[in-house]
Amino acid sequence: MNSKKIVFKRKDLLGIEELSREEIELILDTARGFKEVSIRPIKKVPALRGKTVVNLFYEPSTRTRISFELASKRLSADVINIASSASSVVKGESLTDTARNIQAMEVDAVVVRHPVEGAAFLLSRVLKASLVNAGDGSHEHPTQALLDMFTIREKKKKIEGLNVVIIGDILHSRVARSNIWGLTKMGAVVKVVGPPTLIPPRAQDLKVQVFYRPEEAFIDADVIMGLRIQLERQTSNFFPSIHEYVKDFCITPERLKLAKSDCLVMHPGPINRGIEISSSVADGACSVILEQVTNGIAVRMAVLYLLLAQKQI
Amino acid sequence: MILIKNGRVVNPGGKEGKLDILIKDDKIAAVGKNIREKNARVIDAKGKTVAPGLIDMHCHLREPGREDEETIAQTSLAALKGGFTSICCMPNTNPPIDSPGTVKYILEKAKENRGGTVRIFPVGAITKGRKGEELAEISELKDAGVVALSDDGDSVMNALVMRRAFEYAKMFSLPIMSHCQDKQLSRNGVMNEGYNSTVLGITGMPAEAEEVIVYRDISLAAMTGGALHISHSSTRGTVEILKQAKRKKVNVSAEVTPHHLILTDDLVRGFDTSTKVNPPLRTRDDISALRKGLRDGTIDAIATDHAPHSQEEKDDDYRSAPFGMVGLETCLALILTEIVGEGVITLKSAVAKMTVNPARILGLKKGVIAPDQDADVVIFDTGAEWTIAPADFAGPCKNSPFIGRTVRGRVVTTIVGGRVLYSL
Ligand SMILES: [Zn+2]
Repeated sequence: MNSKKIVFKRKDLLGIEELSREEIELILDTARGFKEVSIRPIKKVPALRGKTVVNLFYEPSTRTRISFELASKRLSADVINIASSASSVVKGESLTDTARNIQAMEVDAVVVRHPVEGAAFLLSRVLKASLVNAGDGSHEHPTQALLDMFTIREKKKKIEGLNVVIIGDILHSRVARSNIWGLTKMGAVVKVVGPPTLIPPRAQDLKVQVFYRPEEAFIDADVIMGLRIQLERQTSNFFPSIHEYVKDFCITPERLKLAKSDCLVMHPGPINRGIEISSSVADGACSVILEQVTNGIAVRMAVLYLLLAQKQI
Repeated sequence: MILIKNGRVVNPGGKEGKLDILIKDDKIAAVGKNIREKNARVIDAKGKTVAPGLIDMHCHLREPGREDEETIAQTSLAALKGGFTSICCMPNTNPPIDSPGTVKYILEKAKENRGGTVRIFPVGAITKGRKGEELAEISELKDAGVVALSDDGDSVMNALVMRRAFEYAKMFSLPIMSHCQDKQLSRNGVMNEGYNSTVLGITGMPAEAEEVIVYRDISLAAMTGGALHISHSSTRGTVEILKQAKRKKVNVSAEVTPHHLILTDDLVRGFDTSTKVNPPLRTRDDISALRKGLRDGTIDAIATDHAPHSQEEKDDDYRSAPFGMVGLETCLALILTEIVGEGVITLKSAVAKMTVNPARILGLKKGVIAPDQDADVVIFDTGAEWTIAPADFAGPCKNSPFIGRTVRGRVVTTIVGGRVLYSL
């Protein structure tokens, strides 16, 4: 992987919107090399020895944090986890103050998950360390989209020209936003489907096709990507009941039949079984949900490697 | 005595041209050609524009309540630097201006300022505590000196309360200034709803949240015969509804801010909280409608919505940071550069929208340079170029998205009641 001639010049990975197709391809190619590391008996390379990575999580997300932690450790970096969930948040300390404190500890990278859109941008302006956005509100979740694209490319050998359907709560989904940017840049045909209440205004201007019925969106799909539905959305009248959501939008075996026979079913997890996806689909032959988790580590290794290893000390 | 000589007088409500102005005590004594008065202090305004002191219909004091953000003395200096001689302060102080005590406090505080202050015209709350439930003691507020009523920052969501307010305020000839924004429709919103909010994943406030209340309040004003003033119009729909209402002779007027005339929600893309304002920055299309409305008279006035917020509070994420921008110091220069300079309206029309028009809407005997009028005068240099910097703001708060922008037009002298309270 060191033979790659294109140098990744960014200090931070804040979102997919800002990346070029070439940069996305570079990350995915780099990740391919690291995936091989993950299946060795000794799962460690010295690429980031002596570097320190801080996982700063303002939202509980065990799987994303563990994925980043494993990625750092397999690159031989030292990892510190700071969980600022509601119980342990420092009262009164602003995000930028936290950032300044972390900066003062001379760390090399900060991975941040925050419930508010733009939090990663705010931090990146203060930090000299590299920043990886691990999800900011409903805005972006770039490493999730990268691992999704990695998984699609691995299975389908390409992304260009594929029909990719994203189903569910598009309005509140950072995963959907990052995937829309990435997949359209990579040449896929992206279709979003959900109730109109959960489709953001002017979604078609994101170069996606908008559908309200899965029965229409799923026709000839190469990939169907489910999204986690927040159960509390029904209290804000985005839909009348879970029952009705399941009736119209659950990824069921019947609906899946409309897609191509080799269609991949993906989900960023954690899944609500029987709500956005039926168990038989989640565990079925088309599902690559667990492979996404495996690939997530390789992709995050690639991101940290590209941001940190090529920087001159 | 002050004699302002050789200036180009732009005075939409009176005599204009290359004229001299003589001020005796606190009044204008004469306006004419080649006035001689050997006992007067002469201000040479050659090459400069002389206009009636500007009137800001909409600004926010931070005293009482948040003197750390801006004291009345600092807001006054901000106004004077911007060429304003009169300002209307909105009632969302702490305590709010919903009782005569707060009105008196503000007026007393202004008087205490030894250097002299800009004229302050408080706007009283429509409802107690600005809660939108019970009418404030409007007669008492009127006696204490309020010139209009508003629950600014919030819409009165109960249409019946709003109806009663229009009816009741009629007997005091107090206009009601409405911050139009349906609270449910704009719930959790922190920017304009549109393409940019979709990209950013930020909850938006749709234009319709403003427009449904504009329409409702126009209906109520028409029904009751009350006087309605639409604060900070920000959408194309608002301009269209206003135009229709004016054609039907409803007693309605409207203002627009410089930022809504100049900036779009594209600026929010960097998550810079200095762009967070309520109503939010809208789109190119809204801007072109607002400018057209300004030109054809649908929009009567330009107001600042000056709203200082501390660096500490603005230095937060986009959802948590407070709404508002400082604007008194930059309003005139921005309008001269971006609106007059771009040929949207003439200099005379721009001055009218900051002098005679607000005076008419508020029933103030102001906004004109003529004998026996209060000697409130501004002198500015339309050619002077400067770049807006944090140091240009009078108070400690520098929350302006215009910092770094180069503008043309600078206030050189501001005279209030015959006293030079500011000179560059
Ligand atoms: Zn307002």
